[in-house]
Amino acid sequence: MTAVFDPGAAATEATDAILRDTLHGTARGVVVDSPPGAGKSTLVVRAALELADAGRPLMVVAQTNAQVDDLVLRLAEKNPELPVGRLHSSDADPYDKALDDLPNVRKSAKAGDLGGLSVVISTAAKWAHVKVDEPWRHAIVDEAYQMRSDSLLAVAGLFERALFVGDPGQLDPFSIVGSEQWAGLSYDPSASAVTTLLAHNPALPQHRLPVSWRLPASAAPLVSDAFYPYTPFRSGTDHGDRHLSFGVPSDGSGPDRVIDEAAESGWGLLELPARHTPRTDPEAVRAVATVVRRLLDRGGAATSERSPDPAPLTADRIAVGTAHRDQAAAVRAALAELGVTDVTVDTANRLQGREYDVTVVLHPLSGRPDATAFHLETGRLCVLTSRHRHACIVVCRAGVSELLDDYPSTEPVQLGTLVKFPDGWEANHAVLARLAEHRVAWRP
Amino acid sequence: MSLIATLARLEAVSTGRAQPIATVRHRRLSERPLVFVPLTTAGEAGAPLGALVGTDRDAPHLLVVPQPRDRDLRFAFLSELADIVLPYIDTYAEDVEAAERNETDPETGKRVKVEVELCADAPQLILPSRAGVDFVRLLGRSMRFRRTAEQDPETPYPAPPRVPLLGRWLTHFGERARVPGSSLLLAMTDVLARHWATGQSTLEDQHLGALLAWIAPPQGETGAEAALRAELARDAQGQLLCPPAGPATDPAFDNKLLAPAFERYDRARTALAAAEDGLEADDRLGDLTAAEREIRALVESRTRPTWDAVWRGLDLVRELPEAGRVEERWTRDRWSFTGHRDRVAAGEPPQPRRDDAVTAANKLAAREREQARLEAQEALDDPLVMAGRRLSGEAFAGEVTEVVMAYSEGKRPSPRPLVTVRTDDRPHLGERAKVFRSLGGKPQSAEFVGYEEALDKGDEDGGVGEDGRDAGALLVLRVLDKMGRGKEPEEGSVPEKGDLVCFTLFEHEQRGGAKLPDPEETPWTHGGPPGEQVSEAADPLTEEDVL
Amino acid sequence: MPLPRTRGTALRHRLAELRGPDVAAKALDARALAALAANPGCKRRAILDGAGVNKAALASALGSPSAFGQSQFALTRGNAFEAKVKADGGAELLRLVHEKLDRGAEPPAHARVPELAAIGPEGRTARTALALREAGEARGEWTLLDHPMLALDVAGSPAFLEPDAVVVHPDGSWTVVEIKSFPMLDGSADPAKVGAAARQAAVYVLALEQIAARLASDSAPAPRVRHRVLLVCPKDFSNLPTAAAVDVRKQRAVTARQLARLTRIEDIADTLPDGICFSPDLPAADLTAAVESVPATYAPECLSACELAFHCRARSRASGAVTSLGRSVRAELGDLTTVEDVLSAARGETGDPDDPAVAALRRAAHLRAEALGREAQALGRKVPAAGQPADALGLEAVAPCR
Repeated sequence: MTAVFDPGAAATEATDAILRDTLHGTARGVVVDSPPGAGKSTLVVRAALELADAGRPLMVVAQTNAQVDDLVLRLAEKNPELPVGRLHSSDADPYDKALDDLPNVRKSAKAGDLGGLSVVISTAAKWAHVKVDEPWRHAIVDEAYQMRSDSLLAVAGLFERALFVGDPGQLDPFSIVGSEQWAGLSYDPSASAVTTLLAHNPALPQHRLPVSWRLPASAAPLVSDAFYPYTPFRSGTDHGDRHLSFGVPSDGSGPDRVIDEAAESGWGLLELPARHTPRTDPEAVRAVATVVRRLLDRGGAATSERSPDPAPLTADRIAVGTAHRDQAAAVRAALAELGVTDVTVDTANRLQGREYDVTVVLHPLSGRPDATAFHLETGRLCVLTSRHRHACIVVCRAGVSELLDDYPSTEPVQLGTLVKFPDGWEANHAVLARLAEHRVAWRP
Repeated sequence: MSLIATLARLEAVSTGRAQPIATVRHRRLSERPLVFVPLTTAGEAGAPLGALVGTDRDAPHLLVVPQPRDRDLRFAFLSELADIVLPYIDTYAEDVEAAERNETDPETGKRVKVEVELCADAPQLILPSRAGVDFVRLLGRSMRFRRTAEQDPETPYPAPPRVPLLGRWLTHFGERARVPGSSLLLAMTDVLARHWATGQSTLEDQHLGALLAWIAPPQGETGAEAALRAELARDAQGQLLCPPAGPATDPAFDNKLLAPAFERYDRARTALAAAEDGLEADDRLGDLTAAEREIRALVESRTRPTWDAVWRGLDLVRELPEAGRVEERWTRDRWSFTGHRDRVAAGEPPQPRRDDAVTAANKLAAREREQARLEAQEALDDPLVMAGRRLSGEAFAGEVTEVVMAYSEGKRPSPRPLVTVRTDDRPHLGERAKVFRSLGGKPQSAEFVGYEEALDKGDEDGGVGEDGRDAGALLVLRVLDKMGRGKEPEEGSVPEKGDLVCFTLFEHEQRGGAKLPDPEETPWTHGGPPGEQVSEAADPLTEEDVL
Repeated sequence: MPLPRTRGTALRHRLAELRGPDVAAKALDARALAALAANPGCKRRAILDGAGVNKAALASALGSPSAFGQSQFALTRGNAFEAKVKADGGAELLRLVHEKLDRGAEPPAHARVPELAAIGPEGRTARTALALREAGEARGEWTLLDHPMLALDVAGSPAFLEPDAVVVHPDGSWTVVEIKSFPMLDGSADPAKVGAAARQAAVYVLALEQIAARLASDSAPAPRVRHRVLLVCPKDFSNLPTAAAVDVRKQRAVTARQLARLTRIEDIADTLPDGICFSPDLPAADLTAAVESVPATYAPECLSACELAFHCRARSRASGAVTSLGRSVRAELGDLTTVEDVLSAARGETGDPDDPAVAALRRAAHLRAEALGREAQALGRKVPAAGQPADALGLEAVAPCR
């Protein structure tokens, strides 16, 4: 292979093949794996529009109300004329008020009210209550890897064929009770929808979006190697296509130095001295908040293929990611003390699918006396380290590498289940090894 | 483990005895439970060695398999077990009351109320430990596909008549035990550990003797000392003073006592078979009986301490008053029991080896719902459990400092009073978050409006007083429902100034999930319909199905 | 490369000293190697295993004998089952390998079963290596190696391992076979036991990979060692064998990493005072001191994985370590590590109230005391001799929250 990799062409080729299978193929399902920022939403919107154009009534299944509303807005943006139905729950405030401004979007809590519309969109939970005499000709199932098998079982009778789109590297669905008794069954209700689908329909066409438009050239190889070892992807941009600079020079403090390191290399590790701490480690929380404050104060400007003119790095382009909700709350409080109120601070679960210029991550294992399966979950670290377009700064206490080495490995093994690869332990080691090259010691 | 439970464990370490983690009893204990203490043969799947079983603590039935490799003797054991367990179950199956159930009318597809029978009470099986519960499932699995001579005259090794039925019941009990909050089949270690925290790890709590030692140590001994003795102390022959609660036996018992006894039994049997005349046979039968008696004594010596421990555990847990919502959950157990009774009576086949896709999904959904229900109910029933939810920001308690009447907008304004609560708790309240309190056993919902200036806002993050209390916060809630239909709220439906209230961020009642398709309509994504129900074949029998 | 060799010799010498004069090293088997991953943070276990100390004997000498034993019934059954699986030249076993792992290959109508007997572990290892080489030359044929002997380099010394069987496929690839006597019931088996079997099999895979690497030449690449092993168990309640393929890539990666880390026993050995010895012949007090000179990281999981666990548990409890109650207990306690530190912080006697762990503890203590109608300051204080158990339960009537 001597040909130069052309990301645009590779992505177009993949998208064309997906749409061909979806619109003209014979298989009942098409599965698309989409790594972080590979244009999943764009694909979903485009497929929806083309199916609607072809006159095929379409239902779209997403997993959360926010995802549903986002899709409705995107569809209306691309084609304001398209009649879209937003099926919602009967709770208070069931949908985003912004939908009220869209003339061709009809909202209802009853599927019957939305008959005859080109596209009807709702959550899997709401669809599960819908009964139809005649199934939809087509469906798009979004975030299919985050959907549980039993949830697909509840809605699969509503459509004849479907396009399943999702990111296999993000957090797996979970259940709050044990489900070991079904482990190894092809239709294990606690498995992901895609696992069950492919176990029963192994011949379905499977595609992969090969290019991440979000992750910069500095991040794509690490994220691809650590989290997608068997389905690698590339960055759509090259080194030098993106640039992050700051008007105010470094004051020599740890936060400023790690910001400069991350601006230069795409990664930064702000390392605090080793210590066992509770989850809301005040020092680490303060370090995260200080980094954010400095990012804002130093007049950041981002240039990229999107905007050759430097775009200011504003609060809405920065996010903080944590493993636990109380950590997010503590970071918000610390930011409020520093006068920062409009930076997104959330857990990995809630950051799934979102995109920022710079992310600041409180490492899930920072300060912990022990690692647990929760903290080692591959998807969690993958989400946290793949939300950024320019740079990712990780705040962490020293000692995590030793913690990982000392992690007892005595996991039970269920016969017949697919081994999830890579496992969190290895992925964590891979990420840490890379971050270690961009280490800055904490000095306030 | 929540921090409150951790503290209880540490307290147990420092005081030398287990500490309460519940103030009421969160599981139903039947007045007449059937206690079952089984033992199994090492290395054999589902080959019982013996058991104590019964409802009378002073007179358990002792069942023994003097040679576990002998199929006939195993069948005799299972047959005896069926003769004890099934009549016990039958007494509950016969006593019924009238009840209503929602069913889907097959003709109209509408939900209609149907008059049905509901068993007035249900049987309850108590096993010493979780391993015992697993063994119940294993026994159920090993028996329910057996064929009796009546079912199939051709079957090579017919099972005694009631054995397959016992298998179906044990399977049902085992499956029900996976439902959170159910009490049809309980492991004593789980029940005790739900109510007390010991000064050892949860792993060590699996040992019934050690767990009891922490909860009720003998006079003059600490829990730690007593637990250590229960765990490890051996007599001069190297046998554990407190035998394991089973079903697995201690290897030292197997090797030093059981193996020689089996050998004597086998020799006596061989000798009997070789007897050449009646007189000799009589003699040798005496030897065989003696050998069998010896094994029976051995089995009793290893099960009796556990039997007594289970009853002692029952005594301890019974001293706690039953929590308010246990009755409701027990009613669900009664429905479950009645349902299986009806399936057996209707001649349905035994439970399949594996659930189909729809059944599995339904079970998972039901268990998740029951788990959420259990967590909510335990907190509402027990201030100590609620304390844990308050600590984790999922609930708050405090005093009402102000109530301002307000009304909804619209043509018919309804009451929407604003209630200010002063709390030391730190609930994770988002914008317009819904909160709930229990009003006459029903949830009343309110909406979080916002914080009022805190009393002492010296410290941004709330501040912690010297005694570990927060300086406190004032939060305003808008009450949304359960105030009647009138313009003015009904008497007692709105908290008053000075009332102590407790709101939760979690819901008190669980919504029913979506209805899944019938199994015969399993969609293509899940393999399509399972096809014509074929009755499951019995396990193939080999000449010697245990080695 | 003379330097490493010298260092290796020095280490071996040092480890022999630790073991005690005239005490033979206890050879590490696959089970012991797999157990390295059970508590890799424990330096005590690392040095004792690394030095080949017999931990069971040591535990007895310390007065806290281990409680591992095996019932002769289980042993008998295990042996009988293995014999049944391998009967008939391994016909049934090979059929299972073919069915579960290599359906594309020619069915094993007849297989080569080379004789592997030799004198001593080294001899058997060499015989096995030769048999593997010959099997590779017999392309297109199935070969069953019954109880081969494999050597694995562990921190400079060879460990001899004896898998139940290794099968060479017609394509020249190798499969590890584990025969266990726990049942596969309706296609599933006890996950803890399968996990243990997978870790053990991963050790064999690593050992085979070392042999395979040595067989590589310019003309032939190294034979492939399959990362899916075959686990053979009795089916349901019968004694008929059934099998499942188990993917051991994860266990292999973990074990490989832990084996690589075993070299750090040299660093641990260097930190030990001179004259330390773990010989079971020494008086208990001396042994206790010797064992105490290497830090352990006891957790309750050790009870099922290490012969020394009861000794370490007693020490851990005596020192008031909160981890004796479980690893997870520490999660919310920050750098508080002893029972008394935690309780006194919770009572408000010690600790920095700005430390979130301390603040959370006090809130927890306060809420707990309130619900029990007790005083938070009395937390963990001994109640004067409570008579009946129920008295100590603190069952003051506290109305449930409304």
